[in-house]
Amino acid sequence: MLVEIGVRTVEELFEQIPADHRMSTQPELPPAMPSELELRRHLLDLVSRNQHAEEYLSFLGAGTWQHHVPAIVDEVWTRTEFLTSVWGTPSSDHGRNQAWFEFASQLGELVAMDFVGLPVYSWGAAIGYAVRMAGRLTGRKMVLIPELGDPERMGVARTYAGLPSSGRHLEFVEVRADPPTGRLDLDDLGRLLGDDVAAVYVENPGFLGIIEDQLEEVGRLTHQVGAELIVGVDPTSLGVLAPPGSLGADIVVGSTQPLGVHMNGGGGVGGFIATRDEERYAREYPTLQVSLTDTIEPGESAFSLILFDQSSYGAREEGNDWTGNSVYLWTVANAAYMSAMGPQGFAELGHSVIQRSHYASSLLSQLEGVSVRWPTGFFKEFVVDFNETGQTVANINHALLRRGILGCKDLSTLFQHFGQSAMFCVTEVHSSGDIERLTEELSEVLR
Amino acid sequence: MNSQSRLRRYHAAVWDEPIVMEMGAEGRRGVVFPESEPTITAKVGRAQDLIPEGALRATPPALPELSEHDALRHYLHLSQQTLGMMGISLFGTCTMKYNPRVSEAISRIPSIAETHPDQPAETLQGTLAVVHGLDKMLRELSGMRRFTFQPGGGANAAFLHAAITRRYFENRGELEDRTEIITTAQAHPCNPATAAAAGFDIITLPLEDKGYPSLEALKAAVSDRTAALMINNPDDMGIYNPDIKRWIETVHEAGGLCFYDHANFNGVMGRIRAAELGFDACMFMLHKTFGAPKAGGGPAVGAYGCTEELAPYLPGPMVDEVEGEFVLAGGDSAVKVREYIGNVPVILKAYAWLRAMGSDGIREAADISIIANNYMEKRLLAIRGVTKAFDHLSAYRMEMTRYSLAQLTEDTGVTAVDVQNRMVDYGVDAFWLSHEPWIVPEPFTPEAGEMWSREDLDYWIDVLAQVVSEAYDDADYVKTAPHNQVVHRVRGSNLDDPERWATTWRAHQRKRGLDR
Repeated sequence: MLVEIGVRTVEELFEQIPADHRMSTQPELPPAMPSELELRRHLLDLVSRNQHAEEYLSFLGAGTWQHHVPAIVDEVWTRTEFLTSVWGTPSSDHGRNQAWFEFASQLGELVAMDFVGLPVYSWGAAIGYAVRMAGRLTGRKMVLIPELGDPERMGVARTYAGLPSSGRHLEFVEVRADPPTGRLDLDDLGRLLGDDVAAVYVENPGFLGIIEDQLEEVGRLTHQVGAELIVGVDPTSLGVLAPPGSLGADIVVGSTQPLGVHMNGGGGVGGFIATRDEERYAREYPTLQVSLTDTIEPGESAFSLILFDQSSYGAREEGNDWTGNSVYLWTVANAAYMSAMGPQGFAELGHSVIQRSHYASSLLSQLEGVSVRWPTGFFKEFVVDFNETGQTVANINHALLRRGILGCKDLSTLFQHFGQSAMFCVTEVHSSGDIERLTEELSEVLR
Repeated sequence: MNSQSRLRRYHAAVWDEPIVMEMGAEGRRGVVFPESEPTITAKVGRAQDLIPEGALRATPPALPELSEHDALRHYLHLSQQTLGMMGISLFGTCTMKYNPRVSEAISRIPSIAETHPDQPAETLQGTLAVVHGLDKMLRELSGMRRFTFQPGGGANAAFLHAAITRRYFENRGELEDRTEIITTAQAHPCNPATAAAAGFDIITLPLEDKGYPSLEALKAAVSDRTAALMINNPDDMGIYNPDIKRWIETVHEAGGLCFYDHANFNGVMGRIRAAELGFDACMFMLHKTFGAPKAGGGPAVGAYGCTEELAPYLPGPMVDEVEGEFVLAGGDSAVKVREYIGNVPVILKAYAWLRAMGSDGIREAADISIIANNYMEKRLLAIRGVTKAFDHLSAYRMEMTRYSLAQLTEDTGVTAVDVQNRMVDYGVDAFWLSHEPWIVPEPFTPEAGEMWSREDLDYWIDVLAQVVSEAYDDADYVKTAPHNQVVHRVRGSNLDDPERWATTWRAHQRKRGLDR
């Protein structure tokens, strides 16, 4: 090939790089492992230093949740054609584009919205984009968020909203939680709402598992001042909980991870944005999205991107925010998961999660010194108060780990006013035996 | 030189697959869950009674009802109706290289897949060792002090840079004055877009005769309002800006930061270090250069590295090694751009790729990618109707060259998009055209990388030559392509029409008057 190019050495092809730009020293990487056999063994040696939720019992949730992933879902998303696709033509990537459309269509049914964008990096990113959509729609700057939000997720949203000193930011103001119920304090919401509010962001279930059953009222109050209601959801709840689209939400966001994506150490997260199919909202999407469309062959359907010119790919800094590679492969897993689940699967999942989490809550609350902060009205996750035990959550988790349990989310540093409190996540993967084992081990740890 | 491949009689799979929303029948199930054990129901009662009134879903979601087998076959049909690099994909700027399946396999075992980000660090030593190991290797390649893998893609890393820039000047009390970020027309759109989203005004320098903006133009744009420069080099025309060190000095003298979007790293890896050129921060695409798959657009990682001065601004949690143990600690929570430490499986794949390659391996890969590109250039420019962007520049291009089909379009009316649509009839994935703005008309940008054989490159070129020849013989045939694909060319008569577009089945039914 060098001969055909007309050079004698490859060095000649690097002629554009000035000598004083070249590396001062050669990079020192560890010795190469060209053999797959050797590499595989090295990787296995490394990753087997991890403990995981199939060998240990785990009650960790808080934004990444352990759910059953049906075997066919893994079979589908690992297919090479999906895994190594890039941006083909609508004809040659038709199958992948159809899977994307089916992701959007099925998610739309779950949340009761009919315009769904392709996914974004995470739930936190989805909140960030959504509040900025609301900011552009209303020309206002204030966003009301729940006091008891996830610091991890809301931290991301805050980065998107900007620094106060930058002058072009959105300002987040927390709405108090009602202490006896953990739900949004509507009086406080009423006090904060005004014509400077761009959006109210609320989650159902809330970060701490609480079912927010006042959404319609929150929506009414929000719309009275001309603000947008953004609702964050865990989509696995939507087989049993009313969809935000039917409760007055204008923009719905949430996580795609629990829809058939493994936890992946946090690398399973993905986010979605959905709205009513109204031009007002559609024109503010920062994402790419696919639409069903026609081909030059009468009667034939295909899929194509729409509203590309308002994305940063199409309009650079004039576009709506910015987009790029996201988690598009996970939408294939999400689509396959939702298809396998169907309405009955989601209903069963919801029932199972509700019953099992309440079972765990009721068993744990019988332990001496242990109480559940909000013993009713939650989904999947609940807050356990260990203050009376005299032990720290850190110590409890440490002791549980020695007993083969990955433990619970320590809230003591996140919500200091709760003292030594923790959040437990219980899903369909936890059998009654698992929950009883947790209770017994915890009882011994607290003895 | 003029090899002539035997072109395959390719035809895509056509399953005429219905949309899943139309499939199935009432009562069919793809997943069932165990009923709650009697001890559970005895203790807590029915689920419905545990949900506050008014919060219950009144009507079930209108999802399809499929058996497990039907759901599987449907999505397998869709996979077969996706070309997805099953043939040859030289999609420029995305460095479509082979993705080692050993890394895929290891990334899917429970030791990775079933781990939770909030597990105690002592139970994640494998993951943290991989993160730390990759960090150290990227430091070697870039000269940067430290990396984070939190950004979920290159654009997310560019946004992180914009956010760190904001934070850096806020801490210095200069944020109000530092309002501008400078980039070039050839920088990826995510650079100006993320900078604008972070609240900065954008100055985009146009290209000049040498294929990049002049140092004088930069000097005219730089001022005490300059917060940062965000730039690729080489750009995706394969043109390397030899003045880049002076550019950086200029921006630094004015007090600004310099960010290196290293999307086009494949041709310079093992040759240059971002920090030695003077950059304050850089970004690598683990899903491009470093052997992790493209996945149709993620999950991805934009690995962001920076100098000692900016390291305190990296978002947490960071991985530290303390006496042989890995711990999670610190980080600036004000610039968090995504939850957790990053796409762990992608980080693992990049780690594996660098361990397989070693120092000599990556240098050789860069060599091959530059040889392959210049070999392709020789052959492509021999094809009628094909010209090169900035063809007065005689220096060898780096790992990509941008071409133009403007002559072909003028001669035959056949456009670059038409050619794309016809090439897929031969089992060759669409080529990349160009990011906005289109500096040359009817652009196309192949990138060979190091992993395609000479036969593959020849085949790709022969397909293009064949399509060009068809265009001169029978333009209509090319303009109505594809002919051997899953579906015909998109007409898109509804795409700009809010009354008719449909991103969901629900919208489609409503707009077609098919309400359920």
